[in-house]
Amino acid sequence: MSLLAVEDLDCRYGLLQAVRGVSLQVAEGETVALIGANGAGKTTLMRAIAGAHPPHAGRVKLDGTDITSLPAHTRVRRGIALVPEGRRLFAGLTVEENLRVAAASRTGGRWNVQAVLEVFPFLKPRLHMPAATLSGGEQQAVAIGRGLMTNPRLLLLDEASLGLAPVAVDAVYRSLADVIREGMTVLLVEQDLGRALKVADRVVCMLEGRVVLEGEARSLDRDRIVNAYFGLRRAAAGGTGA
Amino acid sequence: MSVANAILQGIFLGAFYAVLACGLSLMFGVMRIINLAHGDVAVLGAYLVLVIVQGTGLSPLLAFVIALPAMIALGYVLQLTVLQRALKAGILTPLLATFGLSIVIQNLLLLKFSPDVHSLGASAGALTTESWNLFGSISISALGLVVLAVAAVVFTVLHLFLSRTRPGWRMRATAEDPDAAELIGIDSRHVYARATAIAIRSVFDPVSGPTQLIFAFEAVVIGGMGSLWGTLLGGLALGVAQTLGAQLNPEYAALSGHLLFLAVLILRFGGVRLVRFGARA
Repeated sequence: MSLLAVEDLDCRYGLLQAVRGVSLQVAEGETVALIGANGAGKTTLMRAIAGAHPPHAGRVKLDGTDITSLPAHTRVRRGIALVPEGRRLFAGLTVEENLRVAAASRTGGRWNVQAVLEVFPFLKPRLHMPAATLSGGEQQAVAIGRGLMTNPRLLLLDEASLGLAPVAVDAVYRSLADVIREGMTVLLVEQDLGRALKVADRVVCMLEGRVVLEGEARSLDRDRIVNAYFGLRRAAAGGTGA
Repeated sequence: MSVANAILQGIFLGAFYAVLACGLSLMFGVMRIINLAHGDVAVLGAYLVLVIVQGTGLSPLLAFVIALPAMIALGYVLQLTVLQRALKAGILTPLLATFGLSIVIQNLLLLKFSPDVHSLGASAGALTTESWNLFGSISISALGLVVLAVAAVVFTVLHLFLSRTRPGWRMRATAEDPDAAELIGIDSRHVYARATAIAIRSVFDPVSGPTQLIFAFEAVVIGGMGSLWGTLLGGLALGVAQTLGAQLNPEYAALSGHLLFLAVLILRFGGVRLVRFGARA
């Protein structure tokens, strides 16, 4: 059985329909990349899975249990952690406080401050500094570490490379690869297609709120992805390209 | 020497304002709620102590220990039932809700205890009247010292709570970004309820009154909205300004406090930040 199952999910902001009937499955240990142009509904879908955006219709299931009506903080306890777009660190708290405030109250679990520092060794000298003083890449590392501290079964990662220097993106993804190798189940949003194909087992492409393409990262041909990404095939069929 | 004495008395007075204000500061810092019922809740607490003292003959200190958990529970329930609903409806609704709450508490107390002035002074013994003279012109009152000590303890404990404990981190995290806090498993409703409970506990002071609320507000604004140490300094500055003003003419006490408040407001609006504090409540 898949760890996460999204069934016919509809999300709206007032009259605007951001996610339209999306169904999606993520298996235990799998890494799935969600790609698509700006405004395709990726972030809304991620927030709906985490419980931060109440869906209009449809269901979210974790391990077969319907969690659609649970608030975000309860879903964290069930094992879903969202590393939000733009990192959203607690700027006035130190790096260590940012990590430890997220620690699950129950003991046990793989992740603690020590384990996070092993994955992101460059955070070690920054531990007692306010999060606001860190560089973008370091902040992203803290944000991911903060998500890991909740000992999730499913890590949702929204635009980890947003606004980062290429070097910083490389560092973050190297560490992420370590986390994935340990068996973490990850659903991530990534704008950089090459990077998404490299890190993910499977790719799901969204366009205007719908899933338009889905397949193994290895077997998908790049042109098909690009077409789906920009909706080119549909535009060609309709005869009116945008 | 009389100036030195005025400053000292101002510090005593300011410590009292700071204790009253830190609850306001905490509620504003964490929830962005301006609690207009803050002063009334404080008076309610004082009446509770009074009832216990008169009913059982216990000393005010013991009565205080009994009344404290009751007030904390009241804060928690108040948050979950009234304020939490109001918070969902925008910024103005909590203001109106606490305004209504203030009227309800005032009138209930009026109904039950009549408008007569009550004092815990008689049962507190020598504490309220005792004072010592230093160098002839500086007088130190026992009550002033107690209030100063209470302020020191309240602010130290609050600071340690916010900077060293996990519930404290959770409170600061929720204050900075409630949405992100939810995403790491923090139930903001309980953090809010806890903040209100602490806020009400910290206003608990047998000499406060609703008219003091305005001074508490001024202390919060002078120190910077939502900043814990700023509130302490703001309270002290306000107290000193008032006693120094009274030194010139007793009528100038409240005036000089208000003038300081206005001066700070003008400087803030001019884009000048006088005080920046690391620990934000």
